[in-house]
Amino acid sequence: MAKLTFNEELCKGCGLCVAACPKHLLALSQGRLNQKGHTPVELTKPEECVGCASCAIMCPDCVITVER
Amino acid sequence: MVVFEKPKALTDKVFHYCPGCTHGIIHRLVAEAIDELDIEGKTIGVAPVGCAVLAYDYFACDMIEAAHGRAPAVATGVKRSMPDRVVFAYQGDGDLASIGMCETVSTAARGENVTIIFVNNAIYGMTGGQMAPTSLIGQVTQTSPYGRDPKTQGYPIRVCELLATLDAPQYLERVTVNSVKNVRNAKKAIKKAFQNQIEGKGFSLVEVVSACPTNWGMTPQKALEWIDEKMLPQYPLGCYRDKDQEV
Amino acid sequence: MQEKTLMKGNEAIAEAAILAGCRHYFGYPITPQTEVAAYMAKKMPKIGGTFLQAESEIAAINMVYGVASTGKLAMTSSSSPGIALKTEGISYLAGADLPALIVNVQRGGPGLGGIQPSQSDYFLATRGPGHGDFHVLVLAPASVQEMADLTGKAFQLAMKYRMPAMLLADGTMGQMMEPVVLPEPKNPAAQPPAWAAVGTEGKRAHNVVNSLYLDPLTLERTNFERFQRYAQAEREETMWEEFMMEDAEICVVSCGITARVSRNAIVEARKRGIKVGMIRPITLWPFPKKPLFAAAEKVKSFLCVELNMGQMKQDVELAIRCKRPVDLCCRVGGMIPSPDEVLQKIVKANEQGG
Repeated sequence: MAKLTFNEELCKGCGLCVAACPKHLLALSQGRLNQKGHTPVELTKPEECVGCASCAIMCPDCVITVER
Repeated sequence: MVVFEKPKALTDKVFHYCPGCTHGIIHRLVAEAIDELDIEGKTIGVAPVGCAVLAYDYFACDMIEAAHGRAPAVATGVKRSMPDRVVFAYQGDGDLASIGMCETVSTAARGENVTIIFVNNAIYGMTGGQMAPTSLIGQVTQTSPYGRDPKTQGYPIRVCELLATLDAPQYLERVTVNSVKNVRNAKKAIKKAFQNQIEGKGFSLVEVVSACPTNWGMTPQKALEWIDEKMLPQYPLGCYRDKDQEV
Repeated sequence: MQEKTLMKGNEAIAEAAILAGCRHYFGYPITPQTEVAAYMAKKMPKIGGTFLQAESEIAAINMVYGVASTGKLAMTSSSSPGIALKTEGISYLAGADLPALIVNVQRGGPGLGGIQPSQSDYFLATRGPGHGDFHVLVLAPASVQEMADLTGKAFQLAMKYRMPAMLLADGTMGQMMEPVVLPEPKNPAAQPPAWAAVGTEGKRAHNVVNSLYLDPLTLERTNFERFQRYAQAEREETMWEEFMMEDAEICVVSCGITARVSRNAIVEARKRGIKVGMIRPITLWPFPKKPLFAAAEKVKSFLCVELNMGQMKQDVELAIRCKRPVDLCCRVGGMIPSPDEVLQKIVKANEQGG
């Protein structure tokens, strides 16, 4: 089981993690904004995440912490 | 068990970079290298003029802001003053290949034992998207509004190939960060460039083919794809010099 | 006490810099100061210091900036056109509050000019050593002895006030040979200053050597603080020499080689009963405004003797608040006035009764 922690206020909604996830588990939030006005990313199916960290590797803003 | 977290060599300062800007990834890779080699306390970084001008706020090691293009000369001064420190310069394409080309070539030719991280995104981001020495033929920028015309604006410069004509450089590699696989390779190259300095092997430069979604006028993901389509044919990935591999 | 040695001015600077504890020199050949680089090229490797012939004068000043960022004494030398190239780097040194020594052995200008001596970078040194609001300490030697002494002084003041210093010599000072007593050697400092970028060693927050402040209020504050340091330097570090000023009715103001020529002219004028003296500024920044202002109470006129079109003349006029007429005896392009030329100007000033 893997656990992802998102520092939402750092997310700029760039979507690189969404494209990187091999299981397509990430999506930008719908209609929810952080303090900077970006749509932060969300993990849609946490139970399917294997903690490959592809998302965190592509993230330019160190938003995601990955635990396994 | 934590398998991925923000490196300690980055401060808490929030990056000002645009969404999807690869500076963020590259800063992190440099910081990971510093963490893994356990050199933060003896590292001194030199920041450029460009989007990364504020890099001095993002790295936790001692930092020096240099004049545009002069980071390799500043790094030379720092390294000559403190040879046992790890000195790196982080530069964009205008800084390294336009105004600073003389310093780049000369520092490489002298074989200064420093590490240069070259962020090549074929455009001047900070000032609003003007042509860079590495802009592609036909690329539309603010100062090449009809597309870069080789007749009046010349051809792009391949820095790794150029520096590979010099005898002195220890290590020259071109990498990119547009996929997980490429980011992993880029990290290896960056770490090696720092390791070389620790081992006293001489001048190491890693050219990172990068994206500028904002000034390329693309979404972040499309910009990473454009790297594959257009940038890499002009700037092939690979190792252009590694004295470790020479017989 | 060191012995007297016969040395060329340019070499005296180099040796004095080493004796002051400087171990890092970056330069580029340009007439008439290349001897500084050549001397350093021979000497620095022998004492474990750095000599580097940089790729350009611009690279050299940025290498100085790099060493200065680590809190150590660093030096570059050039002549007028090369100094012009350095002005951005000098502004960065000033904006980052870094000590450094820039030696300018002046030649005729503007442009490529000539290779003979001049003093035509007075404005550059005192008004525009780079862009923005800042000063550099400016010291003007008039002998090989002063070339040596003022080098050490420049480093000391640069470190004390955290600002760049320029040793502003005319070409003759660089080329002439005179006996000099070299200063006692000083070792480089054992510990770096607290602000230096030398590596945190994990013991402190990082130091950032920088001149960029995007917040205007912060940038304004740094400017104001810097100028408070400058005000202290003006109060405490102004240097000048007075010659026969006690009863003078005419005050000659001159530096460098023209001060020596003027001295001869003054001695001759005195023989003819003309009451003339000289105030010789040694620091051009800070400029000796107070003694000039005091002299304006007593003398009838001033005579500036300089190798430029009247640059220091303006500072004299400002210092005396235009209270007295200021005449100019100048030669440019590499020409130097003879004592007789200066004497004729003194005689004329005397006849005009001020």
